[in-house]
Amino acid sequence: MEISGAEILARCLAEENVEFVFGYPGGAVLEIYDAIFKQNKFKHVLVRHEQAAVHAADAYSRSSEKIGVALVTSGPGATNAITGIATAFMDSIPMVVISGQVGTPMIGSDAFQEVDMVGCSRPVVKHNFLVKDVKDLAATVKKAFYIATTGRPGPVVIDIPKDVTQAKAVFEYPKSVSIRSYNPPVKGHPGQIKKAAQLLAEAKRPFIYVGGGAVLGNAAAEVTELVRLLNVPCTNTLMGLGAYPGSDPLFVGMLGMHGTYEANMAMQYADTIIAIGARFDDRVISNPTQFLSQAKKIVQIDIDPSSIAKRVKVDVPIVGDVKDVLKDLIAILKETNVRPNEKALAAWWDQINDWRKPNSLWYPQDDEIIQPQFVMQKLFEVTGGNAIITSDVGQHQMFTAQYYAFNRPRQWINSGGLGTMGFGLPAAMGAQLANPYADVACITGDGSIQMNIQELSTCKQYHTPVKIINLNNGYLGMVRQWQEFFYGTRYSESYVDALPDFVKLAEAYGHVGMQITKPADVEPALREAFAMKERLVFMDFLTNPKANVFPMIQNGKGLNQMDLPPHMQNMQLVPFENNRDYGNLC
Amino acid sequence: MRHILSVLIENEAGALSRVTGLFSARGYNIDSLTVQTTEDPTMSRMTIVTHGSEDVIEQITKQLNKLIEVVKVIDLNEADHIERELMLIKVRATGKDRDEMKRMADIFRGRIIDVTEKSYTIELTGPGEKLDAFIKALDQAVILETVRTGASGIGRGERILKL
Repeated sequence: MEISGAEILARCLAEENVEFVFGYPGGAVLEIYDAIFKQNKFKHVLVRHEQAAVHAADAYSRSSEKIGVALVTSGPGATNAITGIATAFMDSIPMVVISGQVGTPMIGSDAFQEVDMVGCSRPVVKHNFLVKDVKDLAATVKKAFYIATTGRPGPVVIDIPKDVTQAKAVFEYPKSVSIRSYNPPVKGHPGQIKKAAQLLAEAKRPFIYVGGGAVLGNAAAEVTELVRLLNVPCTNTLMGLGAYPGSDPLFVGMLGMHGTYEANMAMQYADTIIAIGARFDDRVISNPTQFLSQAKKIVQIDIDPSSIAKRVKVDVPIVGDVKDVLKDLIAILKETNVRPNEKALAAWWDQINDWRKPNSLWYPQDDEIIQPQFVMQKLFEVTGGNAIITSDVGQHQMFTAQYYAFNRPRQWINSGGLGTMGFGLPAAMGAQLANPYADVACITGDGSIQMNIQELSTCKQYHTPVKIINLNNGYLGMVRQWQEFFYGTRYSESYVDALPDFVKLAEAYGHVGMQITKPADVEPALREAFAMKERLVFMDFLTNPKANVFPMIQNGKGLNQMDLPPHMQNMQLVPFENNRDYGNLC
Repeated sequence: MRHILSVLIENEAGALSRVTGLFSARGYNIDSLTVQTTEDPTMSRMTIVTHGSEDVIEQITKQLNKLIEVVKVIDLNEADHIERELMLIKVRATGKDRDEMKRMADIFRGRIIDVTEKSYTIELTGPGEKLDAFIKALDQAVILETVRTGASGIGRGERILKL
């Protein structure tokens, strides 16, 4: 029996076990919306802006092992989705975005609400399709899900003209996909894995550097096993937080621009680095020349060959699925009993513990002004470290990364690569729908929250009881910090002088609003909010407007050239000691 | 350094713009680009001439391989290869210049493929330098129009890029 393209699409999504479609209707997708109305296999979530649909689908994907799906109409619907798609692309999030298109006879005629979505989205997708014939629709959807989820994951766009959704065909969903030009690698090269093990045997100051790839590749268990087997210090990148438990003593904190003193120093002075699903991003190693000035051997494990040796030279590249490669590496290490030199490793740990002592994340909290770091620490305590945390972009994002210890993967959801303000709230919505029984908190700032604040309405409609933690400092905090550091404290347009009353605003949308002004009230307020299991609570914390994120590495500087927090600035710091007993060293 | 990349790609709408978009978005150079379907109509072959350091060429190759539609990429520079380019050049040919133009075309093993009272159109094939040399050898004033395809390349001997 022949059914319409729209019905075919709905059947395909059901075949893929899609649970939610995040979207917004419009002329070009009305046929699809009608087909959605007539089925009951998946639910549709109506957002208030297409960008939010894509962020919600993205976070749905990040916070589970499922795949997010968004549906937008042609023209403005499609262009509104672009920022969300680019966000997912930069962080390699598997996602399928379906956009409507004007009818095929009208394509190219500058028709009403027409935009070349395949062209617009091309630089920010893993792949995209324009379906010109209803007979190709089912096979295209199958391919899209396959491409989005395999290899290095990423967003895939399917652009469907209106007449294709109306045309009829027999529904036949392919069982499998084979694309001759697309064969993502899985197994790492055994010879290279042996070499990596060999390097570890020679290592005196080994260091394990874990990125978002370990989270996406579901390899947290293997990462943890490797680190503990070797007893080696480990860091996670911003995207990798949770891949290794943040409360574990072998974890030295996040590294990079706002990483801990011990993590950055260890990364700089290590002699052997195992990079796992991490790509030596500019926010992580800053200047590659400075980074490589200290001789080190690098093993890099990544599923994407183009991420290997992109910014630094790599001694042992291993292309493959991170979980598979780590399993193989662990098996070899166990079999051969290869371990780093024990005496040298003990000296290396002494060195790292000396770097740890001054506690680069210490901050002063008095009785008067709430420090943003304090809110994050209390949030960690109140939620028992168990909440799923989404964040927007700015100082609050870095405070969260520094002060909330993430102990499991997929618990920390933020826009790492693109740095998209407005991500937090729709992401919290998506994460809450994927994890209905979890505590979900959105950490945001007074600047970020206003970029997608309309989604408070969606949260009301779908009863997503997220807890919004607004670190309100009356500034675009990170911009203000940079203006202080690099622009002579000229606060050009970083002050938001017309903030809404967030409590009333939350109430206007039918939620609970609270404002917290005193440090003593922080913990009770958080407890009260998280006790309201059924309600969205908007907590407006008035925090120190001048708080800065430390440590900080300025652009172009080395990892050992951090701007340290005030309490460390006059301290006698422990330099890297070459004469510790590591054995023979450079 | 100059490199010549041979790329097998699915013969699908939009595949070419993915390749050119990759170059422009990542700041790589395209010196020339030729494309046509192969003996297998589902597949096209591109020859891309580009330049850059070894690291840049490595990234270009990896990024090309990452495109879903790209089947295979090889750098022809890595071993012996042959390259050819086609030029159609229209020159003014009047009076005693007519004989001179004919002789020049013969010397460069070109063929005159169109003749009018005032002009010849010459077809010339060869490595890019040969075509450059021909243009250089002519009095610039007689050149009315040149059309060049850019290089096509193929490995020498047993070296084959095929699925």
